Amino acid sequence: MRLSVSHVTTYRYDPPRRGMVQSLRLTPAVFEGQQAIDWRVDVPGGFRGAAFRDGAGDWVETVSLQGPMPEVAVTVQGEVETRDLSGVLRGHRETVPPVAYLRTTNSTELDPRLRELAGDALEGASLQDRLDQAHRLTSAVRDAIEYLPGRTHTGTSAAEALEQGHGVCQDHTHALISVAIASGIPARYVTGYLFVDDGNGHEASHAWAELHIEGMGWIGFDAANRCCPDDRYIRLGSGHDATYAAPIRGLAEGTGSETLEVAVKVSESSQQQQQQ
Amino acid sequence: MPDYFNEMFDGSNVRMPYRGLDDWSTEMPLELRNLKQSEAEALFRRIGITFAVYGEGGSPDRLIPFDMFPRVFGAEEWRRLEAGIKQRARALNAFLVDVYGRGEIVKAGRIPAKLVYCNEAYETAVVGFTPPKGVYSQIVGIDLVRTGPDEFFVLEDNCRTPSGVSYMLENREIMMRMFPHLFQALRVAPVENYPALLKRTFASLAPAKCEGEPRIAILTPGHFNSAYYEHSFLADMMGVELVEGKDLFVEGEYCWMRTTEGPKRVDVIYRRLDDDFIDPLCFRPDSMLGVPGLMNVYRSGGVNICSAPGAGVADDKAIYTYVPDMVRFYLGEEPMLNNVPTWQCAREDDCKYVLDNLPDLVVKEVHGSGGYGMLVGPKSSKEQIAAFADKIRADPDNYIAQPTLALSTVPTFVDEGVAPRHVDLRPYCLVGETVELVPGGLTRVALTEGSLVVNSSQGGGVKDTWVMAE
Repeated sequence: MRLSVSHVTTYRYDPPRRGMVQSLRLTPAVFEGQQAIDWRVDVPGGFRGAAFRDGAGDWVETVSLQGPMPEVAVTVQGEVETRDLSGVLRGHRETVPPVAYLRTTNSTELDPRLRELAGDALEGASLQDRLDQAHRLTSAVRDAIEYLPGRTHTGTSAAEALEQGHGVCQDHTHALISVAIASGIPARYVTGYLFVDDGNGHEASHAWAELHIEGMGWIGFDAANRCCPDDRYIRLGSGHDATYAAPIRGLAEGTGSETLEVAVKVSESSQQQQQQ
Repeated sequence: MPDYFNEMFDGSNVRMPYRGLDDWSTEMPLELRNLKQSEAEALFRRIGITFAVYGEGGSPDRLIPFDMFPRVFGAEEWRRLEAGIKQRARALNAFLVDVYGRGEIVKAGRIPAKLVYCNEAYETAVVGFTPPKGVYSQIVGIDLVRTGPDEFFVLEDNCRTPSGVSYMLENREIMMRMFPHLFQALRVAPVENYPALLKRTFASLAPAKCEGEPRIAILTPGHFNSAYYEHSFLADMMGVELVEGKDLFVEGEYCWMRTTEGPKRVDVIYRRLDDDFIDPLCFRPDSMLGVPGLMNVYRSGGVNICSAPGAGVADDKAIYTYVPDMVRFYLGEEPMLNNVPTWQCAREDDCKYVLDNLPDLVVKEVHGSGGYGMLVGPKSSKEQIAAFADKIRADPDNYIAQPTLALSTVPTFVDEGVAPRHVDLRPYCLVGETVELVPGGLTRVALTEGSLVVNSSQGGGVKDTWVMAE
């Protein structure tokens, strides 16, 4: 599938800030499931700096801006050719040992309820069949946390979301990472885009989890949608949780109010029609 | 009562390194001693060397008690120690290169994968990146205790930013000012070139993109930090800038320092703050002490950060057990310095042994430092031991235990005259293009009679440490 992405993140500051530095993970991952045909990340007024590929395989870029700065826009435009690999992250080059993802963070910290959720989900499951366990955990998380925007915030932990029983994809992902780690399966947070063909502007920035299955490697599990990522998904980067995986991590100098506006559009590319 | 090794007296004979100090101490009249002691205190106050002691209340500007009786090593004793310390520092750095790279030691089954990769101090953010010349820990502080003429044990390794070196330098300076004749009569090896060596070490580790003379800066969390004195002292002695996070910024591929003459590029940062606080865009997002974007510049070779973020995984108390194996694995040598036998409460058998033998053991938190959260079995009440046992049962992974060691003693000035007190030693090994060790270190002394806890944060004192030249 060829997907076209338009993603604009605008920060507005009052009063204007003196400057800002951003660390961006906004470039599609390199693996067999996707190939960027054309991809541009622009930050008008920004000064491009240190860029490198990190141990998890993500392309990281740095942008600095000098103020006075009433607003900053980060614009992503591009096209990606995707393939359905049933969630398997095949051909992805990375050097972080999977065991390193058996660590929890504040967002994925285990509590008795999460442990119980993991235990119940795997009751009667085969101890050897890690893939089956991963699917069971994914369903269990989705059953326990109903999709309902507005009830949780960016700082909500897996334990808090489970207690409330409501959340968004970030909460589903944190909870799935928690229960996977509780079950001894390395797990991490993945950010990206999702194409939803329903024509009503469904939130297209998305997050899901990857679980490391011995013998198969990293496999994506999207608890929010009860599936494994396919050709509707574009993968950007990963991390231990939403904070560490965030596509944009920035810090503006000075104080004052900040408003954030995000506009994401993912559509099936019309490229093929034009070529005919 | 165990038999403690007295470093000065073998029976009634004075051991070789201490010859010349016997007369000095016995012939010093009490009045002169008191005069010298108050002189020393005045000097320490004037230069402003103080140490904030956490958890003890009182003034944060408290002086660490200085004992004028030096601790002395013979040239031959020191040569053996030096070889062991350098060997250990090389192995620790080789381990860090390995676990952030190919992980051979784990693949070879010599150390459990989880112990390394699930360690809190293991930074996934720097996996695959090797710092200049493969040096992660430029200053390795190795805490040693002595139990006999040739018996030294490593208590712990400090691979991040070991503090206390300012005391090594100041103690010597004050001793030389107060007792110049001692230094004329005896051949004590100098330590005052430490700052120059430290600077040379950093300069030898400039990042690939640096051209010309590297600019070095010390990054401090600020004057509220208990080691702030040391940060500013070292900056002065080395002739480099002392900066806080707000004095630095990232632009383009480099890190810059704000100065009155405009921005100046910084090539090597000796950071005296923890990994978590270095860069809010890589680690803790709420940290205000670091520099946003600094880790990106580091990971793309625009600046060197010393010690390397992630170096802490080598000095973790659970990893410590494996350091002798590291020496064999990476260097193909037998370790010259021994570890203290250590029980890991994370292991069921070990934990049982520890709980059964608490009155004889010293128990520490895996990530603790400064002598906090530890139990010294022989010095604790039944109630304290029972309470500590509950803590271990609640979180066994968090504790290790060691036998109570018969720490050597060195004569120390006390109210009644001179009496033996227990000591340890922290030498500061420098790792750059070469591995260097100045002949000396920080000797900490437990001033309370019979006490084995030497931590300055627990009221211990310090001594000048001498190595006799040939």
